[in-house]
Amino acid sequence: MLIESLNNLKIARRDLLINAMKGGGALVLGFNLPGSALFAADSSAALPGARKLDPARLDTWIAINKKGDVTAYWGKMDMGQGVDTAISQMVAEELDVKIEKVTVLFGDTYVMTDQGGASGSSGVSNSGVALREAAAEARQVLLEKASTLMNLPVDKLTVIDGVIQEQGNSTHTLSYGDIIGDKLFNVPLEWNGEIGNELELKSRAKLKDPANYKVVGTSVGRKDITGKIIPKTRFTVHSRVPGMLHGRMIRPPSAGATIVSVDKDSIAHIPGVQVVVEKDFIGVVAPKEWDAIRASRALKVNWDETKSGFPTTSEKLHDYIRKATADKSEVPENIGDVDAALASNKKPMEVEYEWPFQSHARMAASVGLADVKVESGGTVWTDSQKFYDTAICTAKMLGLKAEGEQIPVRSIWGPGPGSYGRSDSADGVLDAVVLSKAVGAPVRVQWMRNEGIAWDPKGPASVINMRAAIGEDGKVSAWHFHLKGFSRQDVSSREHSPSETLAGQLLGHTRKRNWTMSEPANSYGFANKRYSWDAIKPLRDMGSPLRTSHFRDPYGAEIHFAVESFVDEMAYSTGMDPVAFRLQYLTEQRDIDVIKAVADLAQWQPRTAARKQKNANGMLVGTGISYAQRNASVNAVIAEVEVNPQTGRVWVKRFFVGSDYGLIINPFTLDRTIEGNLIQGTSRTLFEEVKFDEKTVHSVDWATYPIVEVADAPEEVKIVKINRPELGPKGAGEPVTRVVPAAIANAVFDATGIRFRKAPLTAARVKAALDAAV
Amino acid sequence: MANQFNINVDGVDYQIEAEPDMPLLYALTNDLEHKGPKFGCGLAQCGACTVIHEGVAIRSCVTPVSAVTGKVRTLDGIGTTENPHPLQKAFIQSEAGQCQYCINGWIMTSLAFLEQNPKRTDAEIRDALAGLKCRCGTHMAILRAVRSAADEMAG
Repeated sequence: MLIESLNNLKIARRDLLINAMKGGGALVLGFNLPGSALFAADSSAALPGARKLDPARLDTWIAINKKGDVTAYWGKMDMGQGVDTAISQMVAEELDVKIEKVTVLFGDTYVMTDQGGASGSSGVSNSGVALREAAAEARQVLLEKASTLMNLPVDKLTVIDGVIQEQGNSTHTLSYGDIIGDKLFNVPLEWNGEIGNELELKSRAKLKDPANYKVVGTSVGRKDITGKIIPKTRFTVHSRVPGMLHGRMIRPPSAGATIVSVDKDSIAHIPGVQVVVEKDFIGVVAPKEWDAIRASRALKVNWDETKSGFPTTSEKLHDYIRKATADKSEVPENIGDVDAALASNKKPMEVEYEWPFQSHARMAASVGLADVKVESGGTVWTDSQKFYDTAICTAKMLGLKAEGEQIPVRSIWGPGPGSYGRSDSADGVLDAVVLSKAVGAPVRVQWMRNEGIAWDPKGPASVINMRAAIGEDGKVSAWHFHLKGFSRQDVSSREHSPSETLAGQLLGHTRKRNWTMSEPANSYGFANKRYSWDAIKPLRDMGSPLRTSHFRDPYGAEIHFAVESFVDEMAYSTGMDPVAFRLQYLTEQRDIDVIKAVADLAQWQPRTAARKQKNANGMLVGTGISYAQRNASVNAVIAEVEVNPQTGRVWVKRFFVGSDYGLIINPFTLDRTIEGNLIQGTSRTLFEEVKFDEKTVHSVDWATYPIVEVADAPEEVKIVKINRPELGPKGAGEPVTRVVPAAIANAVFDATGIRFRKAPLTAARVKAALDAAV
Repeated sequence: MANQFNINVDGVDYQIEAEPDMPLLYALTNDLEHKGPKFGCGLAQCGACTVIHEGVAIRSCVTPVSAVTGKVRTLDGIGTTENPHPLQKAFIQSEAGQCQYCINGWIMTSLAFLEQNPKRTDAEIRDALAGLKCRCGTHMAILRAVRSAADEMAG
């Protein structure tokens, strides 16, 4: 057995890891730096069983070596937002060790317990909180052991930097390493019986009082970043195993076209190429990557396009949605009598907002490596957010056991391009599974740029109808939010089944339709209030490039673009300032506090109508506010924009943010996460729209699917964070995204007097509206 | 037919067997196993594959290996963990980039630019970095990092 780089690392209790990998021969572990994902490079990976991952045992979560180095085994992964660093802070804090002593390992279904993958901004708020409990329990167990060894009651002991000492006697000590080094705790840990996001652990010990925090709340530098910038870290794109072939997929000329015949002679001139065709799945593999690319381009396929395509186009999409039959409708909230209040109102307001399909459009399209066999399973290497589900899906694809502890497929996660939800990441690795199974060799599949934009699952398009009744007293007496659009889980956010993947659908796996929509999150105390939705069928049933799924903050941007734009419309219609209007109706103190904080930060100037100001350069300038809750977090954003009257270009010159994420773990990295949300949110608000016609999707690259450029980056971002230690940490990965679109649209209204209710606010669209308004 | 090509990368000579039209990127990632330049688009639209060829930042994903006649510098060769390049140090300290997939392009394009233009304005930096993509939206931190490194490089 070859465990090369492990020896150079401060990995506590290597035996556990080594045991985890026994049974499969040689294994090279690619620990590129402490704290990075566990990322094996050898396909002859171990079978499960040697290390039982029992969530109800402390050893599943925490290990300490003789030097006192602590390893925490984390069952999610970090996509570059510093979550593993934040968790190492929480573990260090609760264990009373220095931050340098803690390594958080993650990314291997055979070594860590499933805590749900990247999901709903729950990295710190769920999985980190669970590991904090494990750390507290480990500290308690160590104190109890020390009590016996030192012949002192636990309450006479104290811990300083991993050394237990008798209170008031610094010469009477025992270190964590002395007590437990390289040994198992071998004790139970209270577990709530759940796997995934809902997994909770509970220590017998009382958690540390936040007033005594030393590491939590400080700006520890991201542990992953040096290895990626120097650059030594192995990304999933670098996955290589002996005997590996390179795969490329071939996509049809129109959506849903089926394969009639394949002319394999058309690639006879390229050495070593195999063509894999199964139903409507078609790909090529070759020993050399460039040969696979050339073959995928040269291969002649005869397609049947008689039943392909879409019933509408991106230009006509929103009228299509309006007219489409609702397949499922729900009213998740209905307070009072909205209909009566609207009916009795003399001038009810009613407007509609439109949002397009948007692509995750990752920096690179999906990549994955699979080394699988029908009889025995195998290993997949992926950057999927839900890599535990990748293993389950792979086992199902192979017809193998896919439940319980002994799934014969190991999934190894490695860093990849940011994913932002159910992107294409899961689809590429499952393509690799199909190809590996077919050719009997490890296959690495890299999707090309066009696949990464045209063929990823899309953020759903929608039309949102907003109605309100405002009485003669200026008070809002009714408000009705109605969302009509595509399900946010036409394919599941988890690739747990072949039918939820593109490969599976092309192979004919069918699934029951999943209607999942969303509703607004705020605390406006309007007397009569209704949230309702209609979900409509996807534009193609199966194997569609316009299948929809979660895109960072699923439906959050779409919904709050409408809701928070409409709140501004209501404010102005009653002659009120948008900030004052919000403060008048909000009922929750945390919401009021972030709005007041951001208004102070931005030196908000009250207004009761669009100000339509021009600066010295002839740019139209304005500011706009927006706010929303998300789960237990709340954010308010003020955007300051310049609109070029000649070109229609909108530039957000400044962003101001008021945020409340409960307990702040790492302020510096949290600011970077907020900035990322602001700028990606800007991109989606101003530029992003998937274009398609009756035949297929035409957004295929960065020219046809433009996103934010460095020229669009603001001059300044200012953030005020309200720290609420008593609440514990709340999710921060994505909640700002939903606040951005309306902040920009409201600022554009202040600058131009024009209300934009259709996203994105492209320069062409803004210019056309400015010209029409003259 | 596959041919032999001699390329000099980060001061080391390599002999690559490849089709003449194979982009340099595949030699760097598959033959040399470099971790800096990455496949992003294959269309010269994002910059993730950027290397410096004879002082000029080029997109290795569209540069045929047969066209590489001069010295190539990559992110893998500009610094070490113990002795990072000022740009690397600044990107680490600023936590520029989230997923880091794109960061190679920003650093290498900045490097080529700052070596030619040690005295620069913010607007010139933005112009020099035009066309690069960062899907995580970390442009603010990237700009902070480049400004900070530029100050250090200018002394």
